[in-house]
Amino acid sequence: MHIPDGFLNVTTAAVTYAVSIGGIAYAVKKAEKTLGEKHVPLMGIMAAFIFSAQMLNFPIAGGTSGHLLGATLAAILLGPWAGLLIMSCVLIVQCLVFQDGGLLALGANIFNMGIAASFVSYYSYRAICKIAGSDRKATLVGVFVAAWLSVFTASVLCAIELAASGTSSLGIALPTMAGIHALIGIVEGLITVAVFSFVLSTRSDLLTLQKI
Amino acid sequence: MKLKWWHIGLLLCLAVALISPLASKSPDGLEKVGEDKGFIVKAKDAPFNVIADYAFPGIHNEALATIISGLIGTLLLFGIVYGGAKLLKSRKKEGT
Repeated sequence: MHIPDGFLNVTTAAVTYAVSIGGIAYAVKKAEKTLGEKHVPLMGIMAAFIFSAQMLNFPIAGGTSGHLLGATLAAILLGPWAGLLIMSCVLIVQCLVFQDGGLLALGANIFNMGIAASFVSYYSYRAICKIAGSDRKATLVGVFVAAWLSVFTASVLCAIELAASGTSSLGIALPTMAGIHALIGIVEGLITVAVFSFVLSTRSDLLTLQKI
Repeated sequence: MKLKWWHIGLLLCLAVALISPLASKSPDGLEKVGEDKGFIVKAKDAPFNVIADYAFPGIHNEALATIISGLIGTLLLFGIVYGGAKLLKSRKKEGT
């Protein structure tokens, strides 16, 4: 759901840019303090994976496609601030090099898919693990729900921004965006669970990395 | 050179980029809503093109153009984030 230019008015673009720049600046400070030897390659791999996986659009009902966001995977493995940084790098490269997502809409795209998606998934995952325990099954359920929520939340925010910009009314944008992304979120959940269990069975030590 | 886990990880990411031409060409969720509700016409193209729409310019084979841009993007992001993270980590060591 990369927002192109033309969909957002100046106010919405400016506000989301300000929040995103602030978020990135704080995340850089956080990362400076906590980054360890093992974080570095994992962050690089995570960014590379999210970029390549985002190219693989999968078909969803009714002539629509969706693709992985990946924020949940990054946020759960590395922490929400690291997730924010990784997603921001992916979105900036997609915007500047691949013309995917508008230049003026970049702040909103980072806010929706980077900041909100990372934090919603990280804290919902933590909450579910606290309630349901930390055995394999509960963990994977937590991952699935967190991934679904990240896509759903990003689409709701996108609808609100479209409405705030006068591009579409909230009564139209909210149910249609949330509806289609409720489906895309299911696939996000399935892919995230699959990759997460792959990491769990091959490099479970990566899960114990200090979160940023 | 000893093969590290993330060398294999990066190869897996590049393998994902190799199958990128298989991706669905249908509009994504936001584009579809824009088409159905009529506001897609407001979308403006970027004022500049580098590798627009994930098709490397000048290559006529569509699948190959997609694969090449996928490989470039994947390596680019690994490089930027790996390098950036390394830089941040070294700044911590210096205690600044």
